Amino acid sequence: MATTETISNAAPAARSAGMPTLHKAIFAVLLLVLVALPFLVYPVFAMKVMCFALFAAAFNLLLGFGGLLSFGHAAYFGGASYVAAHAAKVWGFTPELAVLTGTAAAAVLGLAIGFLAIRRQGIYFAMVTLAFAQMVFFFALQAEFTGGEDGIQSVPRGDLFGLISLQNNLVLYFFVLAITFGGILLIYRIIHSPFGQVLKAIRENEPRAVSLGYHVNRYKLMVFVLSATLAGLAGATKSQVFQLASLTDVHWSMSGEVVLMTLLGGMGTIFGPLVGATVIVTMQNYLATLGAWVTIIQGIIFVISVLLFREGIVGVISRWLRRPL
Amino acid sequence: MFELLGIPPQVMMGQLLLGLINGSFYAVLSLGLAVIFGLLNIINFSHGAQYMLGAFVAWMLLTYLGLGYWWALVLAPVIVGATGLALERVALSRLYHLDHLYGLLLTFGVALIIQGLFRNYYGISGQPYQIPGALAGGQNLGFMFLPNYRAWVVVASVVVCFGTWFMIEKTRLGAYLRAATENPVLVGAFGINVPRLIALTYMFGVGLAGFAGVLAAPIYSVNPNMGADLIIVVFAVVVIGGMGSIMGAILTGYGIGLVEGLTRVFYPEGSAVVIFVIMAIVLMIKPEGLFGRTA
Repeated sequence: MATTETISNAAPAARSAGMPTLHKAIFAVLLLVLVALPFLVYPVFAMKVMCFALFAAAFNLLLGFGGLLSFGHAAYFGGASYVAAHAAKVWGFTPELAVLTGTAAAAVLGLAIGFLAIRRQGIYFAMVTLAFAQMVFFFALQAEFTGGEDGIQSVPRGDLFGLISLQNNLVLYFFVLAITFGGILLIYRIIHSPFGQVLKAIRENEPRAVSLGYHVNRYKLMVFVLSATLAGLAGATKSQVFQLASLTDVHWSMSGEVVLMTLLGGMGTIFGPLVGATVIVTMQNYLATLGAWVTIIQGIIFVISVLLFREGIVGVISRWLRRPL
Repeated sequence: MFELLGIPPQVMMGQLLLGLINGSFYAVLSLGLAVIFGLLNIINFSHGAQYMLGAFVAWMLLTYLGLGYWWALVLAPVIVGATGLALERVALSRLYHLDHLYGLLLTFGVALIIQGLFRNYYGISGQPYQIPGALAGGQNLGFMFLPNYRAWVVVASVVVCFGTWFMIEKTRLGAYLRAATENPVLVGAFGINVPRLIALTYMFGVGLAGFAGVLAAPIYSVNPNMGADLIIVVFAVVVIGGMGSIMGAILTGYGIGLVEGLTRVFYPEGSAVVIFVIMAIVLMIKPEGLFGRTA
């Protein structure tokens, strides 16, 4: 893949202990911006961007670092959002427990689908994940607890740990910030762990990794489950923000959107998915009145990205700076 | 026998026929995907959009030019195929040296564009398309009523599927095609224009999708979303059958259609997911697909 070069640059940084200064600086600036953001823009919009940034980062863990293109990540994102919404509304769970329940559900779903999907490679892998995600979609459409076309509406926001009310958007914002920022740091840690290095080896040359004695399928399944779990964390959090779980989140177009975010931002980069998610969500926000044109524009971005811009935004910046980002 | 199971034969045969109709579309569409995959090594995600395009071209030929169904059956696949040819020349051919997943992503983007454009101009309600006069009405078979058009769909799809199979497996052109699938460089060295062969193959595969669209136009309403969900089911069919063999794609298509029809008789709630369940079972027992070769 086109990202190979970017990632092989990342190797020395990973071997030395700790995070390179540049990355530390970027994370620090990012955190500062995110703390200031709810005072500058509408907090709900900012929370939406953060949820999708985590979703795209989780997806990128699988595609950019595991080399596996899943075309069904909506299943974990949307599935977790249904379970979290149900837990908060019907079982009366506190927000953090509801999010955890949704995330756990995504992990189980990821384990089941991943177990089957890793039996095929490349294009087949993409088709298998897409087909299973469609099955989850049909389930969400027909099952009792998901509310069919209506979804699960007016999910209560509840009290964090039973103590702090999340009714206020600003309070909720910092709850969401903690989850998504923590999730993204965790992904960073996974990528730069020994586990992440083995993943890289498998992606670059699978037969060789096998010959070195690695149980390749275990690593693939592990990264699949991690990615699904973190995508679920994003979806579960989103359901608490919008107090809603709907079919949109499990539809195949959502799976396509997260691919687009990752591709546009730069797959195989650390910060690319965050940039891609921000661009796409902002675009959808401003072009929402144009209806079907949003789909067309997304399609055009897809085509242009694939034909002319495979490194993505952050990939290009990374090449200019000659530093892995 | 049917009475023993408590299912009236009319219901049973009706659902089997419906399954066979769906199977006809699965077969023609998965055949097109298999033909394209064989030579280009990409999965054509815009196949569903091109199927929809076939139905819309038929509708447009009738509405704007007054050309009826039989004209559409010939012209629409050619027109849709021509758009495919343009797509292959302008975009897809630039991606062959890259990871094959980029072809998937590109055609996904193209599908979004085509579907978005038609949704924009024609809405999502759908346009009606009349069954052609010669195929209106039906036959009373004694145990059930068989609409002529439905019988025609099955016959037409069988003819096209086996015609394609014959062309690829038994003719000289097909031999070039199969050789190019195995080793394009060597075939090029023998003086065959491989890039042209690839482009025409894509055009043919896309034309098959357009043909299926024309067949579908009088049965389903012609609407921009008609291909979007269907193509995901066809992907599952392709995973079940494996794309290694042309005959495998055809047989799996009809077979899955019938199984789906049977499920609708015995366990209606499961009919939407039965294909995916079969896919899961096949992945566990024979991951390369029923007719697949080990990759």
